[in-house]
Amino acid sequence: MLGKSVVLIMKVLKDRVNRLWCYRDLLKHLVMKDLKLKYRRSVLGYLWSVLNPLLIMIVISIVFSSMFKRSIENYPLYLFTGQMLFNYMNQSTHTALSAINANGALIKKAYVPKYIFVFAKITSGMVDLVFSLGALIIVMVFTGAGFSFTNLLFPVVLVQLYVFCLGLGLFLAQANVFFRDVTYIYNAVTTAWMYLTPIFYPLESLPDQVRWFIEHLNPMYFYVGQFRDIIYYQQLPSSGLILAGCISALVMLAIGIHTFVKRQHRFILYI
Amino acid sequence: MEKKGIMVDVDHVTIRFNLANMKVDNFKEYCIRLLKKELMFQEFLAVKDVSFKVGRGEAWGIIGNNGSGKSTILKAISGIIKPYRGKVTVNGSIAPLIELGAGFDGNLTARENIFLNGCILGHSEKYMKEHFDEIVDFAELWDFLDSPIKNFSSGMKARLGFSVATSIRPDLLIVDEILSVGDIKFKKKCQDRIAEMRENGTTLLFVSHSMAEVQKLCTHAVWLDKGVMRMCGLADEVCGAYLEENGT
Repeated sequence: MLGKSVVLIMKVLKDRVNRLWCYRDLLKHLVMKDLKLKYRRSVLGYLWSVLNPLLIMIVISIVFSSMFKRSIENYPLYLFTGQMLFNYMNQSTHTALSAINANGALIKKAYVPKYIFVFAKITSGMVDLVFSLGALIIVMVFTGAGFSFTNLLFPVVLVQLYVFCLGLGLFLAQANVFFRDVTYIYNAVTTAWMYLTPIFYPLESLPDQVRWFIEHLNPMYFYVGQFRDIIYYQQLPSSGLILAGCISALVMLAIGIHTFVKRQHRFILYI
Repeated sequence: MEKKGIMVDVDHVTIRFNLANMKVDNFKEYCIRLLKKELMFQEFLAVKDVSFKVGRGEAWGIIGNNGSGKSTILKAISGIIKPYRGKVTVNGSIAPLIELGAGFDGNLTARENIFLNGCILGHSEKYMKEHFDEIVDFAELWDFLDSPIKNFSSGMKARLGFSVATSIRPDLLIVDEILSVGDIKFKKKCQDRIAEMRENGTTLLFVSHSMAEVQKLCTHAVWLDKGVMRMCGLADEVCGAYLEENGT
């Protein structure tokens, strides 16, 4: 009985993966479309993926560096490691949120697996993030941070973050089909989330209760924390942090897939 | 008529819609409705218990007045809408021409759109590369390949869309009143291509308001009236009955 249902689940899973494999070129073209259209007709083109985060980092550094000078050495790098990851999460989930509604016309007229639009948005954000690693290297060189082999572990964090964003994106996209209010609620949520993640301030500057809450319940802290360990402190992240990061990514993905698959047949009635 | 198996099996299909005026898409309204206990979805059945079987290689016309559920049933067959009750089975690949160029992005060039649209229809990039020249030849758009499609006329877009969608030699071609766009020359070209595909064994599902076209292209027909199947049989008989009732 149990064996049978496991076989059945495996078969469904295999079908799903096969289907996704068939549409891999579509995914590729959607990602390429996002990237191409983003910088089309701008003189500097893809260079903006590097320049834009740098410019923002410089502005925030100038504003806050005197405030946290004593507690954080190399403030620009501290800020940039946090800002990079948070911006990726913020932008990719915001675009994923409206992915189904924005492609409504197409979904009404041709059969395409609907999750592919969310997938494409999260993936093109990730490609952008990888470009901005160039900016990270520039910051590291200019601030004299130095490099170490530990730096090469960065993909471990990016994979976790990607899975987390995918789950969150799927969840938001399906919710937004039924309730357009989600867009506005999520705007407020991400603003609060940004202030609750130690991006431009040191975690130690917070009161203890808030600190406990962030250290245990804020997934973005798990990723920013690991990334800072690898890039900024050049040390291995603690296993607790990695475990928390992986678990929250998988839980988010499970929630995302579950809600999305359950409701996707009804999308067409609401878009 | 030779029997070569069933291509499309529409089995007691009912399709339910939520009426737009009752659409609740924000929390405030949702709460008010919940309190007033009005959340009951006001349902509207666009298609009611329709069944028919299309054999491989046949051509079926779907006729009926506006709002009778013709396009809805095509969408169910293409897999866009899941039936509320009943089942649709299709054995083979589908080219849905429900709207030409659905999925074109105005900011991308024609070249990029050909690949994107091909992928939307489920083809690999390699396949599209192989058929690229053929597609552009048919659409006659060599001169405009690298300009953004937002500058194209609607006829040009339709040409490109038809060309991409029919480049694939599908088992089942679904055509929804799209041949009314484009000039006479292109219309003729489209009809020729459909005829050519029919000869190669493609099954056709065709929605039209022109009885002459249905009688010309189709062997069988289904007449839908307000979501209910009125008649199903040979094209000439069904078209005749339809014309008689509608007094033309």
